[in-house]
Amino acid sequence: MAPDIPLISLFLASIFTSNILLANFLGMCSFIAISKDMNSSNGLGLAVVVVLTFTTAVNWAVLNYVLIPLDLVYLRFIVFIIVIASVVQMLEMIIDRVSQTLYLSLGIFLPLITVNCAILGVSLFMEIRQYTFVQSTVYGLGSGLGWWLAIMALSAIRKKTEKSKVPAGLQGAGLTFITIGFMAMAFIGFTGLLQVQ
Amino acid sequence: MSDAAKAPGAIMKQNLWTSNPIFMQVLGICSALAVTNLLSNTMIMTIGVVFVTAMSSLTVSLLKSLIPRKVRMVVQTLIIAFYVIIVDIVLRAYLPEISRNLGPYVGLIITNCIIMGRAEAFAQSNGPVLSFWDGMTSGMGYMGVLLTIALVRELLGFGSLFGFQVLPAGFEPWIIMVMPPSAFFLIGLIVWIGKTIMHRQGEPVLEGE
Repeated sequence: MAPDIPLISLFLASIFTSNILLANFLGMCSFIAISKDMNSSNGLGLAVVVVLTFTTAVNWAVLNYVLIPLDLVYLRFIVFIIVIASVVQMLEMIIDRVSQTLYLSLGIFLPLITVNCAILGVSLFMEIRQYTFVQSTVYGLGSGLGWWLAIMALSAIRKKTEKSKVPAGLQGAGLTFITIGFMAMAFIGFTGLLQVQ
Repeated sequence: MSDAAKAPGAIMKQNLWTSNPIFMQVLGICSALAVTNLLSNTMIMTIGVVFVTAMSSLTVSLLKSLIPRKVRMVVQTLIIAFYVIIVDIVLRAYLPEISRNLGPYVGLIITNCIIMGRAEAFAQSNGPVLSFWDGMTSGMGYMGVLLTIALVRELLGFGSLFGFQVLPAGFEPWIIMVMPPSAFFLIGLIVWIGKTIMHRQGEPVLEGE
C-alpha cells in the first residue's frame, strides 16, 4: 500500500503542485478547445470534478476486488475505459432525473468527458502509486478541482488576449500554448508549499 | 480534411505538414508531452503511437461494414485499447526500464484523439491499405513534432542526446527545460513557426479545434 500521505497534503498537492493539467499534461484536448468560452469552461470543469471523483473511486474498487484477485491486471486499460463510459452514462441519467437545470448546463459536456485523458490518467496514476480507497477518492477530487481551476484561469486569460494584436501565425493555438506555459510556471511557485508524489 | 486528396503521396504531405495533427489540429497532445524530456522515451512512445494508429486504422477499415453505426465509437475504442495493451505488454517484457519511465502514459495512448480522429475521419470511409498508410503518416507527423521538442529539451536540459553527453562539461543545464512549462513554450513556438511558414507559402490554413 501507499506510504502514509496525510490526506490534506494529497488534496492540496493534486490541486496545486502536481496539477493534473499543468504538471502532467492530461486533459489537454478539451482544455484547449473549450477554454475559448468561460461559461462552457465552468460547466466542463464542474463535470470533470464530479466524474473524476466517481470514476477514481469505482475504478479503485474494480481494480482491487476484481482485476487483482482474478489476475487480469493487464486488461485494466479496457476495463477502466468501460467503467468511465458507464459512470458517465449513469451520471447523465441521474442528473437528468434529479435536476433539469443542472442537466441543461452539464449535460452536453458529459459525453465529451469519456475521451478526456485526465480521467483515465488519474485512474492509472492511482494504480501505479497504489493509493488506498480514501486516498484515491481524495486524489480524484483534488485533480478535478485542479483541472477546473486551470481551465477557468486560462479562459479568463484568453478573454483578455482575444482582442490584442499578435502575429498571424501565433494566433489561436500558438498563443494558447505559450499562455499555458506561463501558467505552469506560476504553478511551479507552489512547489515550495509541499511536494507529494 | 479535403476528400480530393486520396493519392498516397498527397495523404502523406497532408498528414506530415498541411494538416499535421499537432500544429494544425492541436490533437493528441495529452498523452505525449509529458514524455518529451528525454529523447529515448519520446522515441519509444511515438513508435508506439505510430503502431497503434496504423493498426487501428487498418482494423477499423477492415471491419467498417460489420460495425453498426450506433456503437462504432465503443468498438473503435476497444480496437484501440487492444493494440495499446499489446504495446504495453511488449514494452514491459523487452524494455522494462523505459516502460517504468513512461508510467501511465502508454495506457493514455487510448485516449489520444489522433487515433480516434483518423479512425473516424478516414478509416470509416476508405480502403484498408490507404487507411493503414494514413494512420501511419499521421502518427509520423506527430512523431516529428514530439521528437523536435524532445531534442531541444534534452539538449538544453541535460546537455545530452539519447543519453550521450554531447555538450562540454562546463555547460550549465537549463533547469526550465526539465520542467513541464518548457514543453508548452516549445510547442507554442513550433505552432507559431509552422503557421508562419504556411502563411508565407499561401497555403490555406485550417483552423484547428
